[in-house]
Order: sequence, then C-alpha cells, then structure tokens
Amino acid sequence: MALLEVRDLEVAYGPIKAIKGISFEVNEGEVVSLIGANGAGKTTTMHAVSCLLPKLSGHVSFAGDDITSVPAHKLVGMGMAHVPEGRRIFQELTVFDNLQMGYYTKKDKEKFKEKLEEMYSYFPILSERANQIAGTLSGGEQQMLAMSRALMSDPKLLLLDEPSMGLSPLYVNTIFDMIKKVNEMGTTILLVEQNANKALAISDRAYVLEIGKITKTGTGAELLADDSIKEAYLGG
Amino acid sequence: MSTIIDGLSLGSIYALIALGYTMVYGIAKMLNFAHGDIIMVGAYTIFSTLMVGDSVPLKIIAILLSVLVCTVLGVSVERIAYRPLRGASPLAVLITAIGVSYFLQSLAQLIFGAKSHTIETLIPGAFHIGSVRITYATLLTLLVGAAVMAGLTIFIAKTKTGRAMVAVSEDRGAAELMGIHVNGIIALTFAIGSALAALAGFFYLMQIPATNPTLGSMPGIKAFTAAVIGGIGSIPGAMIGGILLGVIEKLCLSITPLSPYTTAIEFSLLILILLVKPTGLLGRKRREKV
Repeated sequence: MALLEVRDLEVAYGPIKAIKGISFEVNEGEVVSLIGANGAGKTTTMHAVSCLLPKLSGHVSFAGDDITSVPAHKLVGMGMAHVPEGRRIFQELTVFDNLQMGYYTKKDKEKFKEKLEEMYSYFPILSERANQIAGTLSGGEQQMLAMSRALMSDPKLLLLDEPSMGLSPLYVNTIFDMIKKVNEMGTTILLVEQNANKALAISDRAYVLEIGKITKTGTGAELLADDSIKEAYLGG
Repeated sequence: MSTIIDGLSLGSIYALIALGYTMVYGIAKMLNFAHGDIIMVGAYTIFSTLMVGDSVPLKIIAILLSVLVCTVLGVSVERIAYRPLRGASPLAVLITAIGVSYFLQSLAQLIFGAKSHTIETLIPGAFHIGSVRITYATLLTLLVGAAVMAGLTIFIAKTKTGRAMVAVSEDRGAAELMGIHVNGIIALTFAIGSALAALAGFFYLMQIPATNPTLGSMPGIKAFTAAVIGGIGSIPGAMIGGILLGVIEKLCLSITPLSPYTTAIEFSLLILILLVKPTGLLGRKRREKV
C-alpha cells in the first residue's frame, strides 16, 4: 500500500476548477516529483494534500488513514510535513523559535535537543544564526531553515514545494543534496519543482501536470529522456 | 506630579483594553468592536456581586468572578459570532462585531435597566508622598497594570504558546502546517484579551464608580485609539499608546483652558500621528506576499 494515495482529486477556486480529477501515489522511501508549467496546479495539489485547501471531490489517504478532510494542523502529528512555496518561515521569530515551531506538536525535550543538533549539523549556518531574526536571513538560508523546520517533526513524508525557487545555483545544489540525503535517511519525499531537470534527476518517479490534469507519468530517467518533456520543460 | 501619576494610572487602564484590541487584530485579523462592551459586562458582574454585601473578601470574589465571566464571554462570542465567519469578507466580520456590541448593550439594558447604578467606592483611601496625594486605587492600578503587562510580554516572548501566537499572527497557513491549532490560539487570544478587559473594567469602576449599559463605549474607543496610535497589531505599541493617551488626557484635564477640549485633543493626536506615520508608532507594514 502506498504511503500517500490521492484518488480523483478535484480542487476549485470558486467556479474555476484548478485540479480536474488527478490520481497519484507515493510509496514509502520514494522521491516523487510533480512537474509542470506555471499554473498547472502543482501548488494547489500540495495545499489540497495537506488540507490547507478544501477539496471539491476525491480522496486522500496517508499511511492507511483517510485524511481527505482532516484539519491541517493534525497532519504533522500523523507524520506529514510540508515546506510551502516561498518558504514562509516566520520572519519575526528567531531561527531557534522557527525550529521550535517545527517541533510544536511534540513534547519530548531531550528529543528536541537531538533534532536541533541534527539540523545544526546539516546546516551549521543555522546554529551560528540561532538567535537572529529569521527575516534577516538570505533566501538560501531561509530555505535551509524552512526545510529544517519541517524536518524537526521527524516526518514520514516531506512535501517540498519549489525548494529551489529564487536561489543562486550554489544554494540550489545544497538544497538538492539535502533532499537526497533526507531521502536516504528514510524520509519519503513529494517534490514540486519548476527546475524539472534537477527534480527528475533525483526522482524515482514523476508525474507531469498540465492545467489540472496528469498527462504523463514514468520514472525520473524515462521522463528525462522523453522528447516531448524535453521540449516542454527541459529547455529542448 | 500627581497629574502624571493619575495619567499613568488611567493610561494603564487604556493599555489593558488596547492590548485586547491589538492582540485580536494581530492574531485573528479582525477589529473586535464589541471589546469595549466586555468591560461593561465586567463592571455589571462586579456590581451584581456587591449587591450581596460589602466586604473585602467579597470584593476579591467580585473581581475574580468578573474576570471569569468576561473570559468565558469573550471566548463564546468568538466561537458563536466570529468563527463561522472565518474567511468571510472583513466587512462582514466588522458589522458582526458591531452587532455583538449592540447585543451586549441591549442585554445589559434589559437586565439592569438603562439607568446608571452607583457602586460604593471599591478601594477607599489615599496616602501622601511629600505634597503628592496618591489614592490606593491609583497605586493598585499602576502596580497590577505594570505586572500584567510585564507578565504578558514574557509570556509572548518566552513560552512556546506565546511564540505560536506570533507565528499565527504572521502566517496562519504556515502555522497550521507546523501543527499549531490556529482556532485554539485565536480562542486563547480572545480569552486573554477579555480577561484584561475585565481587569480594566474593575480599575475603571474605581475611578468612576457607576455602571450603565454604554459604560464600555468611551474607554473602548479611547483604547482603540491608543492601539492605533501605538500601531495596531503591536503589543508594546498598545502599551505605549495607552499610557501616552492616559497621560495626555489627565494633563489636558488639569489645564483649565484646555480641559473642555480634552477628547478633541486626544483624537487630533491620533490624526496627527497617522498623518506622519500611517502604521502607528511601532506598527510595521505587512509584507505583501510575492
């Protein structure tokens, strides 16, 4: 059974259907990407999966539980974490407080310190800036913080929405290395990326989303080699 | 000198009320125009309790009861009137808040009548430092006001729940992704704001010992002004704005040629500050989402 299973999902903004009945699944241990152009519905799909948006119809199950209409704040406790598009770290809080918020649902203080040290070892810059207001970090540092904040809860499934957006090539590599590392350590990943090249290269499988519908699916390597994908998303 | 002390004391009352406006605005993103009427309900609770008798323990019970009643009322109003409108247009929420305000005033009028009821002096007496006369009521207002504000500041800055409140105020969606129960945090905000309003109501009764159904309107509007002067959404801003307004009010009242224009001067100050700094003294512009 898949860790995350999305069946016939439809999402609408008012009268406009943004997602028109898509189905996909993410198996335990995989990195799965959703790729597609601007406005294809990638972020909408992510928001619907983590219950930030109401669904028009369809079902979502996670680790065997039906999460179609669970309140969004319950998902962290169930083992799902979501790094939203644009990072959305808490700008007015310190780096430390942001990481603390990532651990909000858990109580174990020892484990908190352990997770904190773990994040600081991945991204030493966060430890140096622990008491700095997060809004003063650079874009790349904010992305590291956003990822670390989500990883604090020790998720089974990590949803990453455009983690490389607006970052310098150096940071893009850091972030993709981190995604691979997190996955190797046992976290399943659902990734949304505009940088389709990079995303497909680290993905076990991927789905191509076009104006609210899944038009193609395959392994990362297959889609990288696919001519129509090359033309549309990989720059010819 | 005694004018300044009176002003600080009145300012603490405004600050306590302003904190309710500013916290609710910051976290629930709405203007709760029924907030002033919570003070009135608190005052009537004290009045009703003291109908039983008049003794020090009873007064303490009256205060505690008023805090309890207001807290429950604030949370209930949020649950019944505002939560169903979450996501609705801000105008609908604003009108609802005004509706709640009239509802509470009419309810008080039904139960207690439109007449004013006087209350016996809650804390009598005064003492002198040199030539300065300070009433015990003023001293109590100052001390409790300062302690509550310090406590609230520490709570927001140091506890996980306090940090979660800031997180919700900044980005509700992201806070929810952290597993923060946003509705719970909003309810807590209303609870804290209403408890502070109850305290303010008690202090207000010590200054003007009479209750009537519209008792909350004027301090409510003044405190709202204070919150806007300080920068709505900012907790230290509400404290500074409240104290500033209280001191200015007492200063104006003490200067005979100015005293008839006190309220006009206070609201002119609001206009002036907004002209120079539209976000208020400590307010910040919200970053637009990219």
